[in-house]
Amino acid sequence: MPVSVSTVMLRVVYALIPGLIAYIWFFGWGVVVNILFAVAIALGCEAAMLAIRDRPLKPFLTDGSALVTAVLLAISIPPLSPWWITLIGTAFAIIVAKQLYGGLGYNTFNPAMVGYVLLLISFPVEMTSWQAPLMLITQHSLGFLDALRIIFGGGLPDGLRLDALTTATPLDTLKTQIKLDHNVDDIISTAPIFGHFGGKGGEWISAGFLLGGLWLLYKRVINWHIPTAMIGALLGMALIFFIIDPAHYPSPLFHLFSGATLLGAFFIATDPVTAPASTRGRLLYGALIGVLVYVIRTWGGYPDAVAFAVLLMNLATPTIDYYIHSRVFGHGENRKD
Amino acid sequence: MASNDSSDDYGEIAQNGLWDNNPALVQILGLCPLLAVSGTVINGLGLGIATLVTLVLSNAVVSLIRHQVKPDVRIPVFVVVIASIVTAIELAMNAYVHDLYLVLGIFIPLIVTNCSVLGRAEAFASKTTVGRAALDGFAMGLGFLAILVVLGGLREALGKGTLFSQAHLMFGEGAKWITITLIDDYRGFLFALLPPGAFIGLGLLIALKNAIDTRRKQRRGAATVVIRGNATGTAA
Repeated sequence: MPVSVSTVMLRVVYALIPGLIAYIWFFGWGVVVNILFAVAIALGCEAAMLAIRDRPLKPFLTDGSALVTAVLLAISIPPLSPWWITLIGTAFAIIVAKQLYGGLGYNTFNPAMVGYVLLLISFPVEMTSWQAPLMLITQHSLGFLDALRIIFGGGLPDGLRLDALTTATPLDTLKTQIKLDHNVDDIISTAPIFGHFGGKGGEWISAGFLLGGLWLLYKRVINWHIPTAMIGALLGMALIFFIIDPAHYPSPLFHLFSGATLLGAFFIATDPVTAPASTRGRLLYGALIGVLVYVIRTWGGYPDAVAFAVLLMNLATPTIDYYIHSRVFGHGENRKD
Repeated sequence: MASNDSSDDYGEIAQNGLWDNNPALVQILGLCPLLAVSGTVINGLGLGIATLVTLVLSNAVVSLIRHQVKPDVRIPVFVVVIASIVTAIELAMNAYVHDLYLVLGIFIPLIVTNCSVLGRAEAFASKTTVGRAALDGFAMGLGFLAILVVLGGLREALGKGTLFSQAHLMFGEGAKWITITLIDDYRGFLFALLPPGAFIGLGLLIALKNAIDTRRKQRRGAATVVIRGNATGTAA
């Protein structure tokens, strides 16, 4: 039975809920403010661009695709980012990466990731100062109004300093400490930002996204090929180097539950518009994303790499589709000479 | 082979270079320097003027020697002519605007490889009189310069919040007052200064040009329809 675009998009949003609940639990109200603000901007930009392009408003505004882009972008940026970060990222994602390329179905690149990368390379300071998980902020219980005040430029609440509020992410910490020639085990056991098998809080958020992703698979909103290939390739790379030198390369489990691995595998890389069309093409696409994530995380300049890996493979998608296409019925199976 | 020296198409040559056949917006030639040095207005202006002078001189020289050069060897001869001119300009910039020369760096000698210079020599200057060739070089160079400056201004304003920064590189210490700070305490928008910002900026400029052309054509189309309507109306 064919399912409409809006049903698919709504299911994607539902599937994000377990991860989101964990995210809000560990990082507080800033997450909610960011998401609501990003959704409002995304719908506003979408409506404005549709009006300029003489397209009907209602079917495109209600298809939920702008909603998904906004939520994915809002999840990717630090929870207490200033408002203009969210504004610039979301507007660029919708106006340039989506509508200027022709709207839903014509965009070459994943709009949310384009917005994220734009922000990351333009505002590295804001984009890398992540809020610490709430249990590491002992001086203050950040309420909804505090989050609003910080995001919209009202400054920090009394008794809270910026260096207490923000911290390096687990992947970032690991990267800089390994460069200083520290042992992976020592780093993970001493820095408070690490949890049981990933980052503190982050590991449970990732687990939530895994749960939602599995539900999407069960509902057949996404196919298994891309997530399996991506996670498999990442784990394979991590396993090889972990076996060779466990003191300098973190375990596969850590890679799986850190950063945006699981969010990316189930919600970002699986975007049907920007991924290859054939089954074998998707396996290759997913696997190369996994390899790229490991390569950039381990030897690249940035701590996490899901956005870069997805965009690079978006770029490769037309080539993959050119060389690997689904076998058309009656074609090529039994060639008679 | 339009080698007649009629003066009535000078306007057309100028309009071709500046708008209808603009090297940056329509021919999409010389993208490498265009995208690489359009980070600020002054950089764009510096390279734009250098390219403009190169185009005028190379077009004139190529036109002068067009009867002496055999078709078989014309491209190497053109390249030698262009390279000599660019070398002279490079040495002059090194002497008179040394700081700007340092900023623009490799992109000054690379004017030799700018396809629009060889393109104009081959497609236009080698087939026409010196006057028309020089005018074509001037118009094409000015069209290129204009886009370099506009794109430079766009990227500089967005990326740094200023206009004409480092004007002293080109006009000396007395020109520092030209620099305009659009927004005080601007954080900077690095994306506009990076290569992708140049690509997207140029894409927007091309889109703008196409939009203007389309609107003009529509207006002209509407005008002819009205005239025709009147004509048939009076006839009926």
